Amino acid sequence: MSETELLLWVRGPALQGATIIFLLGIAVRILEILMLGRKTDLAEARGSAVAGGLRTIISRSFAQRETLQRTAFTEVTGWIFHIGIFVTLLFFAPHILLFEEVLGLSWPALPTTVIDATTIVTIIALLAVLVHRIANRVTRFLSRFQDYLVWLVTILPMLTGYIAFHRVGLSPPMLIAIHILSVELLMVVFPFTKLMHAFTLFMSRYYNGAIAGYRGVNS
Amino acid sequence: MSATLERGIHAFKEVIDAPVASFFSSCVRCGLCAHACLFYTETEEPKYTPIYKLEPLRRVWREEYSFWGRLTKALGLSKPVTDDMLTEWETLVYDSCTMCGRCSMVCPVGNDIAYMVRKMREGMAASGHAPAGLIGATQRAVTIGSPMGVKLPALQAQIRHTEQDIGLPIPVDEVGAEYLLLLSSMEIMNFPEFIGAIAKIFNQAGVSWTISSEAFEATNSGIQIGVSDIAAELVERIVSAAEKLKVKSVISPECGHAYMAIRWEGPNLIGRPYSFKVVHILELLDDLREQGRLKTTGKETQRLTYHDPCQISRRGGVVKQPRNLLNMLAEDFVEMPESGTMNWCCGAGGGVSSNERADELRLKVFNRKKQQLDAIHPDAIISACSNCRIHLEDGLEEYGMDMPVLSLTETIAEHLAGSEQPGSKE
Repeated sequence: MSETELLLWVRGPALQGATIIFLLGIAVRILEILMLGRKTDLAEARGSAVAGGLRTIISRSFAQRETLQRTAFTEVTGWIFHIGIFVTLLFFAPHILLFEEVLGLSWPALPTTVIDATTIVTIIALLAVLVHRIANRVTRFLSRFQDYLVWLVTILPMLTGYIAFHRVGLSPPMLIAIHILSVELLMVVFPFTKLMHAFTLFMSRYYNGAIAGYRGVNS
Repeated sequence: MSATLERGIHAFKEVIDAPVASFFSSCVRCGLCAHACLFYTETEEPKYTPIYKLEPLRRVWREEYSFWGRLTKALGLSKPVTDDMLTEWETLVYDSCTMCGRCSMVCPVGNDIAYMVRKMREGMAASGHAPAGLIGATQRAVTIGSPMGVKLPALQAQIRHTEQDIGLPIPVDEVGAEYLLLLSSMEIMNFPEFIGAIAKIFNQAGVSWTISSEAFEATNSGIQIGVSDIAAELVERIVSAAEKLKVKSVISPECGHAYMAIRWEGPNLIGRPYSFKVVHILELLDDLREQGRLKTTGKETQRLTYHDPCQISRRGGVVKQPRNLLNMLAEDFVEMPESGTMNWCCGAGGGVSSNERADELRLKVFNRKKQQLDAIHPDAIISACSNCRIHLEDGLEEYGMDMPVLSLTETIAEHLAGSEQPGSKE
C-alpha cells in the first residue's frame, strides 16, 4: 500500500467504519441508560426538578470555592485540556474544512499560531494529568487499565496533529494518515469507555440537579 | 453462587435505574469526591473515596445493563461480584458513609453518589452484609416500634413529667388535630425537653397538635440498613395513624434521617402519595414566625453557630428556615466555613451511630467538624437533629472541646415571649 493509498483508505473506509462504531455505540449506550427508566417521585415537590436539572448541567462545570482550593490541580488541568481539545478540534482551519464537507456548516478559524500554542498547552496539561493520576494516592488507587488507555487515545490525536502540522520526520501524507488514524482510534474506543462521559454527563448532571431541585436544593 | 449472594445481586439489579446507569457511565475516576468526604479527608485512605464504595453495584450494572459488560461476561472475561467482595465492602458502605451527600455536590460529572449508596445498601442487606448494630436497631424498630427499644409507657412517663414541669397538657391521640408530632427515640430518652418546648411554642402560637400512641417514632431504620420493605412498613404505621387521627400535617422532629424517611422517601416506599402534608419542625416554626404567631423575647448573647444536619439541609432542602429563626434569637450568629448545603457531616448519620463497629472511625473523622469549629470559635452549637447532637457532644468531648450543643426548637422555647429565662438578655 502506497502512502496515497493509505491516506485514501484512512480518509475513506476507515473513517466511515470508525464513524459508524462511534455513532452507533453512543446511541446504544444512551439508549441502554434511558431504557432503564426512572420511577415517578410520589413525594410532594418543594421545587422544580426540571429547573434544578438544567441548572446543574451548567453549574457543575464550576467548582465551589472551597472545593476548588482543595482540588485546584485536578480542576485547573481538567479545564485546560478540555478547552484545548475543543479549541483545536473546532477552530483549526483544516478541521473546519472537514466539518464543512460533512455537515455543510462552516465557521471562522483561529490563527494557526493560536492553535499551535493551544496544542502545546493541552499536551502539557494532559501529561500533567497523567503524572497526577500516577502520583496522587486517590487517582492511582482508583485507576484501571482503561484510564491509561483513554489517556493515550486522547493525547495521540493532539501529538500526531502537532507533528503533522510541523511536518516532522515522515512525509506529509503519511503524517496526516497517522493523525487521522489516531482520531479513528479515539472514536472506536469512545463508546466502550469512560470517554462516554462527554455525552452522559448531561444526563447525570440533569438527574443530580433534578433530584436536588425537587427538594428545593441547588446542587 | 450462594443463595444470599444471589438475593443480593438480585437486589442490586432491582435498584439500578437510569440515573444510576448514567452516573456509572459518566465517572472518569478523577478522585474529586474523595476530597468532599470526611472519611477520606480525615484518614487519607483511598478506599474511602466515595465512588469506590460503590464498586460492587457498578460491577452488577456493567455486567447486567451495558452491552460491553454483557459481552465480556458472556466471554467469561468479567470479574463477578463475590461474597468475599461484599464482606470487604460492608464496612465501606455502612461504617464509612453517612449518606451525607457532600460528594454528590462536587462530582464534576454530576454523580449523585449518596443516591447510589442508599440503593447499594439494599443489596448489602439482602445478601446478609449489614452490620449487627443496624440489624438490631431495625429488629427493634419492627417489633417494639423504636430502634432504641423505647416503648409507649416510656413515652407516657416522659409526657407526664413534662406536663408537670411546664403546666401544659400534651395532647395524645386527639382526633382532628391539625398536626401530628413525631418524635425520635433519642428525643424521648435523651432530650425529653424537646416535647415540652413544642408544647410551649404551640400553646403560644395556637397550633392544634397531637402525639399518636400508635405511631410516635419518626426514625426509620429500614432506610438506614437498606431494606425497603421494612422501611415501607414503618412509614405505613405513621400514615395509618395520621389518617386515623385525621390530621392535616405530620411534623418531622429534630432528626435528619427521619425527615428524609417520612418527607421524601415515604410516599415512594409505600407507592402512593400521602393524604396529608409533611413538614419539618423548623419549616413550621419559620412559618409561624412569618405569620407573627411565634414571638420571642431577648437574645442569646453568646456566639452561636448552626450545624446543618445533612438530611435536613443538603438532602432535605430546609436551609434558610433555621437561619431566619436564629436571626430572631441570636445576637452573635456566625456561620462555619462551608455551611448550609455544603456543611460537613458530623460523621454519625446514616446508621453509623447505630453501628458500634464504626465508633472509632466516626470519632476520628469528627476532626473535620473540629476544624470547622476552630475557624470560628463559637460559644455554643445549635442544631436540629438529636443524632447530630449526641455525636457532636461525643466528638467535642473526645477532642477536649468545651461547648454546649443546643436544639434550635428548645432554644426558641426558652425565648418565648412571656416565659423569661434566667441568663438571657432582655
